[in-house]
Amino acid sequence: MTIFIPTPLRPFAAGKDTIEVEAATISAALESLTAAHPDLRKHLFTGEGKLRAFVNLYLNDEDVRYLPAKEATAITAADTLSIIPSIAGGVLAARAYAPPAPKTMN
Amino acid sequence: MGILHLTRAIYDEIRAHGEQTYPYECCGALLGTTIENGWTVVASVRAGNTRTDSAHNRYNISPLELVKIERDARRQGLGIAGFYHSHPDHPAQWSTTDLAEAHWLGCSYVITAVAKGKAAQTNSFRLAGISEEDKAFEQDTIVIDDENKEQF
Repeated sequence: MTIFIPTPLRPFAAGKDTIEVEAATISAALESLTAAHPDLRKHLFTGEGKLRAFVNLYLNDEDVRYLPAKEATAITAADTLSIIPSIAGGVLAARAYAPPAPKTMN
Repeated sequence: MGILHLTRAIYDEIRAHGEQTYPYECCGALLGTTIENGWTVVASVRAGNTRTDSAHNRYNISPLELVKIERDARRQGLGIAGFYHSHPDHPAQWSTTDLAEAHWLGCSYVITAVAKGKAAQTNSFRLAGISEEDKAFEQDTIVIDDENKEQF
């Protein structure tokens, strides 16, 4: 299958934006990917070997976490796997600037 | 300090997007090519903000939408240079939430302050570092690529 490597992970994948692997399942494909590019492992997985929470995997156009077999899903050579780190943010619960000085009571 | 090249048209478009979605945060992607110490952005792509529960102070781009944006970028020989969003009635400064939720190392996060519906300051911040554990925002210099080569 073809694995699409997002911009922030390319430095750890020899600069490649796509990598071809031969594997029977999504898990095996990721194993093959990180075996060839060990520096990718810590960016994709926690120390306990679980996928990091902000890493989204899409098998073709389907979110892997919602597939019945999840990472154990069988794959074919024609399939693609997209690795997409989350994009989010905003000003909630943040003070990016100094708040007004509190009023004093006389 | 990194450099982010934007055309005047793209600069105006991402600011206009923030005005149009005010009082809610807008968001989108920036497509381009790498240069020494930065990016040249050649296109912006508006994205939907899935945080309909708190759109006035939060944004989130659907990963599936990003799959498609990145697919289209790849077809054009471009990469994702970064993302943009707006801060309604807040400064164009990254927040602790922005940093906590930023994971695209090496990419630029462009923020426009929209004050009472009008775009004010636009700043860009590069997500520096080599891992989640040492990531930090560093301010970019934005260079507007038109005849006058404005820089700020």
